[in-house]
Amino acid sequence: MSARKLERKANSHLSPNELLLFERSSPGKKAYQLPELDVPAVDAGEALGAASVRAEISGFPEVSEVEAIRHFTRLSTWNYAIDYGMYPLGSCTMKYNPRINELVARLEGLAWAHPYQPEALAQGCMEVMEHLEAALAEITGMDAVTLQPSAGAQGELTGILLVRALLESRGNPRQKILIPDSAHGTNPATAAIAGYAVENIRSSETGVLDVSALERIVDQDVAALMVTNPNTLGVFEENIIQAAEILHAKGAMLYMDGANMNALVGVARPGDFGVDVLHLNLHKTFSTPHGGGGPGAGPVAVKKHLEPFLPAPRLVRSGGRLHFDYRREQAIGRVRAFYGNFGVLVRALAYILAHGGPGLRNATLDAVMNAVYIRKKLEPYFDLPYPSPNMHEVVFSDDRQAKLGVRTGDLAKRLIDYGFHPYTVSFPLIVHGALMIEPTETESKDEIDLFVEAMISIAREVESDPQLVKSAPHSTRIGRVDEVAAARKPVLKWTPE
Amino acid sequence: MYPENLRYTKEHEWVLVEGDTGTIGITDHAQEELGDIVYVDLPHVGTRLETGKSLGSVESVKAVSDIYAPLSGEVLEVNSLLADAPEKLNQDPHGGAWLIKIRLDAPAEALNLLSAADYQTYIGAEK
Amino acid sequence: MLDACGVASAEELFSHLPEAVRLNRPLALPPGISEYEIVDYFRERAGRTAAGYASFLGAGVYSHYRPVLVDTVVSRGEFLTSYTPYQAEIAQGTLTAIFEFQTMICQLTGMDVANAGMWDGSTALPEAAMMAARATGKGRVLAAKSVHPEYREVLRTYALHQGMVVDEFGYDARTGAVDLKDLESKIDGLTAAVIVQSPNFFGIVDEVRAAAEIAHKHGALLILVFTEAVSLGLLEPVREADIVAGELQSFAISPSFGGPYAGVIATRDKFVRQMPGRLVGQSTDSRGQRAFCLTLATREQHIRREKATSNICTNQALVALMATVFMTVYGKQGLRELALQNLAKAHYLAGKVKPRFSGKFFNEFVCGVGDPEARNQALLEKKIVGGLPLGRFYPELADSVLLCATEMSRRADMDAVAEVLR
Repeated sequence: MSARKLERKANSHLSPNELLLFERSSPGKKAYQLPELDVPAVDAGEALGAASVRAEISGFPEVSEVEAIRHFTRLSTWNYAIDYGMYPLGSCTMKYNPRINELVARLEGLAWAHPYQPEALAQGCMEVMEHLEAALAEITGMDAVTLQPSAGAQGELTGILLVRALLESRGNPRQKILIPDSAHGTNPATAAIAGYAVENIRSSETGVLDVSALERIVDQDVAALMVTNPNTLGVFEENIIQAAEILHAKGAMLYMDGANMNALVGVARPGDFGVDVLHLNLHKTFSTPHGGGGPGAGPVAVKKHLEPFLPAPRLVRSGGRLHFDYRREQAIGRVRAFYGNFGVLVRALAYILAHGGPGLRNATLDAVMNAVYIRKKLEPYFDLPYPSPNMHEVVFSDDRQAKLGVRTGDLAKRLIDYGFHPYTVSFPLIVHGALMIEPTETESKDEIDLFVEAMISIAREVESDPQLVKSAPHSTRIGRVDEVAAARKPVLKWTPE
Repeated sequence: MYPENLRYTKEHEWVLVEGDTGTIGITDHAQEELGDIVYVDLPHVGTRLETGKSLGSVESVKAVSDIYAPLSGEVLEVNSLLADAPEKLNQDPHGGAWLIKIRLDAPAEALNLLSAADYQTYIGAEK
Repeated sequence: MLDACGVASAEELFSHLPEAVRLNRPLALPPGISEYEIVDYFRERAGRTAAGYASFLGAGVYSHYRPVLVDTVVSRGEFLTSYTPYQAEIAQGTLTAIFEFQTMICQLTGMDVANAGMWDGSTALPEAAMMAARATGKGRVLAAKSVHPEYREVLRTYALHQGMVVDEFGYDARTGAVDLKDLESKIDGLTAAVIVQSPNFFGIVDEVRAAAEIAHKHGALLILVFTEAVSLGLLEPVREADIVAGELQSFAISPSFGGPYAGVIATRDKFVRQMPGRLVGQSTDSRGQRAFCLTLATREQHIRREKATSNICTNQALVALMATVFMTVYGKQGLRELALQNLAKAHYLAGKVKPRFSGKFFNEFVCGVGDPEARNQALLEKKIVGGLPLGRFYPELADSVLLCATEMSRRADMDAVAEVLR
């Protein structure tokens, strides 16, 4: 007797309309109440100088509390979210955001902690950071961790600045950073901000690093190679140890973009395969919520030789207490004020505590299995440009469908009608018309089967009714948005008519 | 298809030489590859251009393409039409949606560029 | 599923990894614990902090009441667990809220356009400086010493590798505002921007207009930094500023031991293509309905790569949403009333302890106390966290603290502070 199965993932439903706050506003409406002052009121003009006092905030909203909550609630119903279903977005690792994380991050002693409160009253917070540093060092096989960077891109910048500082201390910071053509856009953007020239290195025909090409181009001008492992095709860089040796022989460093750590946790450690420095994305691998685009955190883990350059302050334990050590002569400068996105760090540590060592490893196994399963199921229908074994994500191309005039972007839009968020479209750039799919370990077979069925159905639609796919989505409250008009004549704020 | 009185580059620019004035634009092939054009970034009058170096860029929603100077010279005029209506570049790339006019250093160097027939062959081969 | 994958166990899926890379032991981490134990763990740590103390710390991070509606809204799964709104059809909630955010920031700052947010104020500043460098083609910035010290450190880190020179100009020892003569003597034709904070690190409402005049006279832009967003409820925006780079932590974003916060950059229309970060624009959909989408993406890393205006990808969307809800709850009247309460509280305290600087201030001020450590220790015994001892950032002010009072400061606690500091 089989259990009931969902026939379709999504149906259409009632979707409220809603105006902008400014269109809802009415003079005198308010949603707040402040207590009475227990001290004398002060005349603003006297205290600040009349010229400094503003008349009123023209156009600012004036709504009641119920209008406010209805406004944001209605808006929220227009969003897809992990709480609704799978996001097959490659390289984003859209796994479940555990709610226990939200609870602990809001505990008063942590949420209201001021970064400048005396160390004696900050030990609890500092211990959380110490614990997370140690856990991340163990997971990555590295010697030291900084929790300061605000996001992956800032972690990348920190990492590259660390490389620069080390090389400078050895006499020559060098000029170039090597970046594979399959890399995420933040990699070259980061290298440029760090003052390095970018040299692209082409992937081999099997989609991995071409070590003979690497050997040819690594010279005394190369500071580092920035690599993602597994790479953006979801394929493990089988020559990574050799690549590290080539680089180290010439005094260059190996930087790893840790965006794809979800394929490695508990199975392989970057520190064991030659990586000198890497960043992690806590909002990917470690379950902190994306929240519509952030916040994230991008801790950086390094080998011993880079430790002296980590930005101040460093957490140090002495006399049974934790201290922030600012006396670090060789440190690169701060990349942000205070200590890092502590609230995000709390959530990541909660995730690690919940899973524990065995749990983290199991999550990796599940993540890879889910992705390989999807690959096997969809291979008959979509072109797989690189047949190497994939790990936590799989990249198809739209070649087969493109012959019938349908591109990856169209397929993605049609997937929305089936109740899913699209996969990553057109990235990595080395695949023509890429479909990049990463299910994560969160998804059960049921959800994945629904996804697979949806993709197969769309592949069939491309053959029988391509126009249906090209003009998708059909079931959403908003159709395709005119991005061309938005870019030609940008309207970036509301103005009263 | 491609006007015979223009000379072309492999980076998909064209130039019309009239005496020592050169009018520069991008080809129909280029605008088609880019898709709907949303913005054009052009140099100021008086800027010195060098053959092969970037003089600005063209943007669609999802891509940016550098424009390279087919010949050297000094910018005399910038087509003001494109600031308000970049879509003209999709509609009339060889005519009304020219980008800039320059005073050419060496008009004769236009002969080093591709003829309409050669350009046609080149883009045919590219596909 | 294993059958479909063609393997007998999940382990086999890793067999293609070279032997040398495989971790052949379990991770040295304890096994997973239950929800209850996780709460216990964090509660224990939360207990060893300043919970239950009254605090007079400001210095870039402010204690303001967080309306309960804020967490109600951001806890909705549709906001909390959604992705960056690249697929506009199924992200109109996020996009609309960001559009409203951008609008409100413009209304507050008097600027033409605001982005969807930066990581925080301290990283918004170097981004603004790089914008100014791109816009002017010049490579030097002049920052006031009264700009938050850690912000200036971050600026230096970024500037160093852009070939940007960062010089500083001082503050008036009497008023606490910028030393305009010092600025005048240091500015030159190579200066891309003058950077001023208001209210500044000392809480003083600074001479932004005058600094802007000097900057513009020399072909430089004026970058205005703010760290206390509540001040915008009462202070007239300085429209002479070219770029505003600020921190919105005061708008219902928990102090959270230093982050996550939400920065923002706002500027004039003419600089919009130089702005970093995401931008949400209004458009129409295929059925003619109003719809929002990310726009001007060609500035960003995923398209321009090494020529991008910034490397920022993930920003602070959820935190910016907290600020949006806060601004909605307080609204036009409330933000002003809130600011007035802050003004009243701080001026009450100042009336009892005597500020060191004569300049006009909002909700923070510097106070000379002789021995800050000893005074703060005495306050701790009363369960009060005193002001920030300034010696760590300004040796010339080693005998002073920076005191902040907000709408949450109680009269009784302020009286206690006054007694200890007198």
